[in-house]
Amino acid sequence: MTRSLDALTRTTGYDDLPGLMSLMTGDEKHSPAATSTLDVLWVLYDRVLRVSPDTVDDPSRDRFYLSKGHGPMAYYATLAAQGFFPVSWLPAWATWDSPLGHHPDRVLVPGVEISSGSLGHGLPLALGSALGLRAQDLDSRVVVLVGDAELDEGSNQEARELAGAWGLDRLTAVVIDNRSSTWNEPGLVARRFETEGWAVTTVDGRDHAQLEATLSRRVPGRPTAVVAQLEPK
Amino acid sequence: MTTPREAFARTAGQLVDDDGSMALVYAEISGQYFADVERRHPRRVVNVGIREQLMVSVGAGLALTGLRPIVHTFASFLVERAFEQVKLGFNHQDVGGVLVGSAGSFDIASGGRTHQSPGDVALVDTLAGWAVHVPGTATEVEEATRLAVAGSGRDYIRVVEQQNQVSYPVRPGRFHVVRRGSGPVVVAVGPTLSTVLTATTDLDVTVLYANVVRPFDHRTLRAVAGGTPEVVLIEPYLAGTSARLVAETFVDVPHRLLSLGVGREELRRYGMPEDHIASHGLDVVGVRRAVVAWTGGQGPA
Repeated sequence: MTRSLDALTRTTGYDDLPGLMSLMTGDEKHSPAATSTLDVLWVLYDRVLRVSPDTVDDPSRDRFYLSKGHGPMAYYATLAAQGFFPVSWLPAWATWDSPLGHHPDRVLVPGVEISSGSLGHGLPLALGSALGLRAQDLDSRVVVLVGDAELDEGSNQEARELAGAWGLDRLTAVVIDNRSSTWNEPGLVARRFETEGWAVTTVDGRDHAQLEATLSRRVPGRPTAVVAQLEPK
Repeated sequence: MTTPREAFARTAGQLVDDDGSMALVYAEISGQYFADVERRHPRRVVNVGIREQLMVSVGAGLALTGLRPIVHTFASFLVERAFEQVKLGFNHQDVGGVLVGSAGSFDIASGGRTHQSPGDVALVDTLAGWAVHVPGTATEVEEATRLAVAGSGRDYIRVVEQQNQVSYPVRPGRFHVVRRGSGPVVVAVGPTLSTVLTATTDLDVTVLYANVVRPFDHRTLRAVAGGTPEVVLIEPYLAGTSARLVAETFVDVPHRLLSLGVGREELRRYGMPEDHIASHGLDVVGVRRAVVAWTGGQGPA
């Protein structure tokens, strides 16, 4: 680390995210696993989601639910870079006085929409929230990020089936597919969603243009899934 | 006569009709009561099919957008099967909601263990901040449901078919003083009250009635108990579920406590609810025998 905290506070670009993550990890370089969500998160917050630090309580904001709450450094770095909370919070993460834990807590961290860590809860919660927004005639989307191994949890299947049956087109699942699942089978992630009627696109999880295009896409009458392929864990 | 479960369903439907911020989530069970209201409000009345863990999370997800959800099925599937969804969906997300569990400890006597949930209140009690309603009549079920929905917190309502003969107002945090005596204090929870009153009719006891058991009314219990507290706790679910709170009430004074309720052992018997009530010692004969034995062996002549 050569740059000062003050310098980082003044910057908000994608190129600063590794430096922000270093404030938490102490490492100059990060493993592919640590940054597997980084590009998806940045593209979502920088280009796709209608939410900002000024609209965190706006009922009509877009929601992002980080279901895969493990390894949240990239998430915290993105939120800090986007101004949801001060960069100065990052170095002390996971300490007693820090609001930033190894799994995010929505009660403690501005901009965090769900508290996660236990796998298989985010997609069901997102389905409920998508229904809630629809019931209130709000034009907001819910984007939920899950890991490919997280899809082992059967609760995801319950949610996938109903989102497809109900054609909840305001719901988007983005799957970080770094072949983490022990019983991984190529193409299985996409097939699981396709079978239930979702509009599925598989993209390079590091390609910002592809991510922006697919994450922005809404398909009338169908929920969308974006399978972001990343370096195998 | 309206049963408690019908009273809940009718009230929930009326609340959905009256209040656009209300939602009702269920999982097939009780669907026979909700068809009309679901037709009127298809976006706020949601049947998720046989998907209980999803049902609880959907309720929490609705709450995250500002709606007030009622989430309902049999208690065994609502609280026991989907417990982590309750813990994380409501407590950890810090959102409110109204969980309504029916069938309780032995409504479905002939259905066996899979449909019986004597541990529901004990499980909910491992989490902070839940109001626990144990209404003793259909009238109290309606009042508890309206009160819970009007609030913003976390409420668990236990709807069972056993009923008392008289209804009392639903006042969270307040037990009712039903009878005053100079002997032990008998705390009758929910639908055990009529049985308790009959079983103790000629005993010199004070009878408190709790149709809301969390928050626990320490103050009234303490006020009626006198200097050397002797307390009999009678709960229609797992015996001793509220014992820790009696201990808390009298943390600074020696006291005696008898906890009656549903036993831990599986009976592996079918029959009728009355058979189960008697087997757990929660009928008039059983309650009387236990109280008399505990207070010294001899009842009044």
